[in-house]
Amino acid sequence: MLMQQLLNGVVVGSVYGLFALGFTLIFGVNHIMNMAHGAVFMWGAFAGLYAVILFDVPFPIALLIGAVGGGMVSVVLDWVAFRPLRKRGAPEFSSIVSSIGASLIMLSLAQQLTATRVMRFPFDIFPIVVFNFMGLRIQLLQLIIVGIVFLMVIGLLYYLYRTKYGRHIRSVAFSEQTSKLLGINPFAVNFQLFFLSGALAGIAGVLIGIVFNSVHFMMGEPLLLRAFVVIILGGLGSIPGALIAGLLIGIIQTLTVAYISAGMADALVFSLLFLVLLVRPTGLLGNSGAVARVTRI
Amino acid sequence: MLTIENLAVAYKGIMALRGVSLSVAKGEIFTLIGPNGAGKSTMLNAASGIVPAMSGRILFDGEPIQGRAAHLIARAGLIQVPEGRRVISPLTVAENLALGREAAGRRGSEASDIDEVYELFPILAERRNQLSGQLSGGQQQMLAIGRALMGKPRILLLDEPSLGLAPVIVREVFDALIRLNRGGLTILLVEQNAKLALQTAHNAAVIEQGRIVHQGAASDLIDDPVVADHYFGRAEVMA
Repeated sequence: MLMQQLLNGVVVGSVYGLFALGFTLIFGVNHIMNMAHGAVFMWGAFAGLYAVILFDVPFPIALLIGAVGGGMVSVVLDWVAFRPLRKRGAPEFSSIVSSIGASLIMLSLAQQLTATRVMRFPFDIFPIVVFNFMGLRIQLLQLIIVGIVFLMVIGLLYYLYRTKYGRHIRSVAFSEQTSKLLGINPFAVNFQLFFLSGALAGIAGVLIGIVFNSVHFMMGEPLLLRAFVVIILGGLGSIPGALIAGLLIGIIQTLTVAYISAGMADALVFSLLFLVLLVRPTGLLGNSGAVARVTRI
Repeated sequence: MLTIENLAVAYKGIMALRGVSLSVAKGEIFTLIGPNGAGKSTMLNAASGIVPAMSGRILFDGEPIQGRAAHLIARAGLIQVPEGRRVISPLTVAENLALGREAAGRRGSEASDIDEVYELFPILAERRNQLSGQLSGGQQQMLAIGRALMGKPRILLLDEPSLGLAPVIVREVFDALIRLNRGGLTILLVEQNAKLALQTAHNAAVIEQGRIVHQGAASDLIDDPVVADHYFGRAEVMA
């Protein structure tokens, strides 16, 4: 029973990690607390869901459309809500407010579109295949989800630390002005950054939509709050930190629901956040909160 | 090669440049000297497109570049080594150099370029896999110059390269600049260390409170009693 719950926790937690990655990526480079990340996630899930409902696309295509949809929404968000502020050199606080506004607009649009309904992926979107392994019931979907998240993280790390595009992103994260003096186009970097962030959120959206069997306009908001916990626990701007903290939160949440009560889950998660902040204010993997950036692993 | 005509720049509400004109010829070292806050860095940043010009013209190879995006100016071959070195400290020495090359939009083999930089500053070759934030100030300055060179600039702008460096390192950096210039590189040098700058450069201008107050051959300015009085300190003039 415990092992079964742990497994469920790992599956949910890895998706939390994926969601938080996109959030921490933008924070690490642009120092924006993107409060609209939950809305991007929701629109990614919507893109995947509508592709399935309207065009009957299979699971992998739905994921892809969720990724591209989330990525495009995120890029537009950057153009509308953040780029004008960057141009004027506005303080970071302005972009938080701007993202809250953008988030509300995106939520209202989704609410109008769906008439506040809760929607579901068709049951046959993913074949139900169950393996029995040492008394553990493992669904194929669970394996696939953990595998996808694992691949996404490896891919992201490779992109950031082993390609020239990643080098440009890390350079802009360290100093946009110096990067421009060298010839790096900050618009291109931000385009990639917001697309990546949105694509990760979109994939997380489709996966969460399938796992919890529900897609609705408010689905991103509880995740956004948990993503805060995840990236603060993991250390702001740290990619492995986001993943590890995501797993931790997923496991704690699942175990609390299973053994204590569903209502206590968030209370426990946030208590844990307080505790960690008291003992290690920079998070579990953060080297120092003030200079947290994706430039460092 | 680089011509500034009547350039005015307001920076944070203050007139930092009030009608500056100067011209850097191909193949020369031109130095802009002056006290702190005279507008030297603003001049470079306006040329690099980091701060907008209010009026006046900036011509690079005869083409007006004011108003153009900073990264396009760099890609056109006007590359600045900013004040305080500004190496991307979480990247290794080799990564910083690669960055300088890719950022300027250059493709193809990098081996020969990087060898040239390592030949100019051998210490960088020894430290190639170290994080650049761990280098000493002098090594970071060498890396910042090397990184700019990787972009194959047609004109190199340097903002206070001697700042905070030990005299022996300053000598090494300036010797490298002279070697680069003999190899055909045009250099616009901004310096507070006026004597060193005038000894290095062919032509010079003195800027004070956003205006050019003297201009001429560096060797003439070095003998000018007014310049000497202002910038070298009286003791050296008498000696």
